[in-house]
Amino acid sequence: MSLTLPSYPQPDGRGRFGRFGGRYVPETLIPALDELEAAYREAKTDPAFLNELDRLLKEFVGRPSPLYLAQRLTDHAGGAKIYLKREDFNYTGAHKINNCLAQALLAVRMGKRRVIAETGAGQHGVASATAAALLGLDCVVYMGAEDIRRQALNVFRMKLLGAEVREVTSGTATLKDATNEAIRDWVTNVRDTFYILGSVVGPHPYPAMVRDFQAVIGEEVKVQLEALEGRITPDAIVACVGGGSNAIGIFAPYAYLPESERPRLIGTEAAGEGVESGRHAASVAGGRVGVLHGSMMYLLNDDEGQIVPPHSISAGLDYPGIGPEHCHYSETGVAEYVPVTDAQALEALQLLTRLEGIIPALESAHAIYHAVRLAKELGQGGVIVVNLSGRGDKDVAEVMRLLEMERDQGLLDKDVEQVIQEVLA
Amino acid sequence: MTATLTRGAERIHAAFERAKQEDRAAFMPFMTAGYPSAAEFPAVADALLAHADLLEVGIPYSDPLGDGPTIQRASEQALAGGTSTRRTLALVKELRARHDTPIVVMTYVNPIYAVGPRQFMRLAQDAGVDGLILPDLPPDQDLEIADLAAEHGLAVTFLIAPTSTPERVKLVADACTGFLYAVSVTGVTGAREGTALGEVPAMLALAREYARVPVAVGFGVKDAATARQVAQVADGVVVGSAFVNAVGAGQDVGALAASIAEGCRR
Ligand SMILES: Cc1ncc(COP(=O)(O)O)c(C=O)c1O
Repeated sequence: MSLTLPSYPQPDGRGRFGRFGGRYVPETLIPALDELEAAYREAKTDPAFLNELDRLLKEFVGRPSPLYLAQRLTDHAGGAKIYLKREDFNYTGAHKINNCLAQALLAVRMGKRRVIAETGAGQHGVASATAAALLGLDCVVYMGAEDIRRQALNVFRMKLLGAEVREVTSGTATLKDATNEAIRDWVTNVRDTFYILGSVVGPHPYPAMVRDFQAVIGEEVKVQLEALEGRITPDAIVACVGGGSNAIGIFAPYAYLPESERPRLIGTEAAGEGVESGRHAASVAGGRVGVLHGSMMYLLNDDEGQIVPPHSISAGLDYPGIGPEHCHYSETGVAEYVPVTDAQALEALQLLTRLEGIIPALESAHAIYHAVRLAKELGQGGVIVVNLSGRGDKDVAEVMRLLEMERDQGLLDKDVEQVIQEVLA
Repeated sequence: MTATLTRGAERIHAAFERAKQEDRAAFMPFMTAGYPSAAEFPAVADALLAHADLLEVGIPYSDPLGDGPTIQRASEQALAGGTSTRRTLALVKELRARHDTPIVVMTYVNPIYAVGPRQFMRLAQDAGVDGLILPDLPPDQDLEIADLAAEHGLAVTFLIAPTSTPERVKLVADACTGFLYAVSVTGVTGAREGTALGEVPAMLALAREYARVPVAVGFGVKDAATARQVAQVADGVVVGSAFVNAVGAGQDVGALAASIAEGCRR
């Protein structure tokens, strides 16, 4: 069966999900966004584009990714069954590649030979560099200095793939600032450059387009769960939210179903050191409506509109906003957003590693943590699907540093067994 | 366009008209509020105002994605010194007490939303602001901001770029009540090498077809020579990063302003 790209009722013709979204960008970019929107609309129904994307998703990325029943995790949680949607199996190690390949194909179609991208954890940068290598495009990746430090392995991978990695030292030197720089580059080189945006953020049509490219995740879950459980709809779906692309990819195919057929959709936000500490990246729990990177969304900003620097243990969640479609889901009750702290994510990472032999990305660990809690709440007979957005290879060095630091400071004076018991308690 | 001109629009148009009578392009220097510090900013603004037909004051913002490194760093320094939205409007109010020259405030939209659009306009009106320049607000994104500005006597300015299609130029020109801001290059703010007018004449020809307000050109004008080129084709010349650089380097901004103002003569 060949690929089809979904058509959802949102956003409206002006790129709005309710009051969120839009196009708050310098006028220079408006024609480029119009051009992109038109090109995407055409590509979406063009068999040549769809067949090529389908072929690459299967043969290059390795789709469909497995839906795996995490039996030992389920047993320990003592409640609902926990299934993992294994986006960590994808080539390059995360869900990001689904979107990158599709956008890079679109770039080729539009005759653009230069692509740029922003990256936090480096996964989107690696995916962009990979797609660029595959399709013979020039690639520049913007990355914050702080993230370059945290994600040295991915920086090297990008360079090996032939991409230029530009270090961003302004602001907080993380994903938000890398995104600012990518937009500035695009404003300057808009005529011959394609901006491969990494999440469901940015000006219209990006949030809708990236969602459509990631919706393959949820569409596969429907088929796979039907085979495994005889139902297409689990009781709950849990996914971590940075900008929100892996979450929207698994939510969207369910989000527009009638309420009675809809599972609980739960996004886990990075609560850092706790929402009350002020050191977090939880835009729904700790932000308010504002505009950043071209769209209206929940945003960490102060009462004069200055962006408040986010904080998360996980570079991929370290972003002050959340995609406009999530904002709309939150406001209309289609999905819930819960905060998970750095410490909880670190515990969940160790838990999944010990129980299942799967080292998840720190981002995904946020979702794992909440799923374990939720399994108890839902009880036996329930079914939860967690989007395991990526694998933890990139985070291993940072996790080692953090655990050793905690141990040195006497903060983690317990072994992993103890951590597991605490998580399960 | 609103049938009756706001007070701000009238004052802005009068400033352009006066320059025109004297066979000049209106000279509009820009400075980030609170730069290099809140204490030193008023003297810098005074030096610019001594030669300006209009003054553009930027609200320092944490994520100014239409600006290049010069103005971004100035914003960071001003914010670190405690100047942001409300403080900027208070600084303008102080300037207004000493000067009659029109003052327009450049702001990204998020500070307007955070303060609350109505409250923001009220504060701006009270400060004596004449108009707003909104670099990340294409006019069709928010139809309320321009109305609220008008209600408070303020003019609004939106931007066009070399990439703008005729339809976009018309739409933007129709929405402007103060002046139309034509961005000289595809790019962010910053003093650049090179002096060629490039795409400016073609863009201005298009702007003139639709605009019922004066047309100013900015981005990349940095000295008397570049100002002279732009002044041949535009009603106004905006110079930003060159002044911010001069302040940062401790140079005499008054002398630079005098020289560029001279360059605006036709
Ligand atoms: C493995 C992984 N998961 C999640 C994210 C968060 O992004 P999003 O919320 O857009 O899926 C990232 C971003 O870098 C990532 O690398």
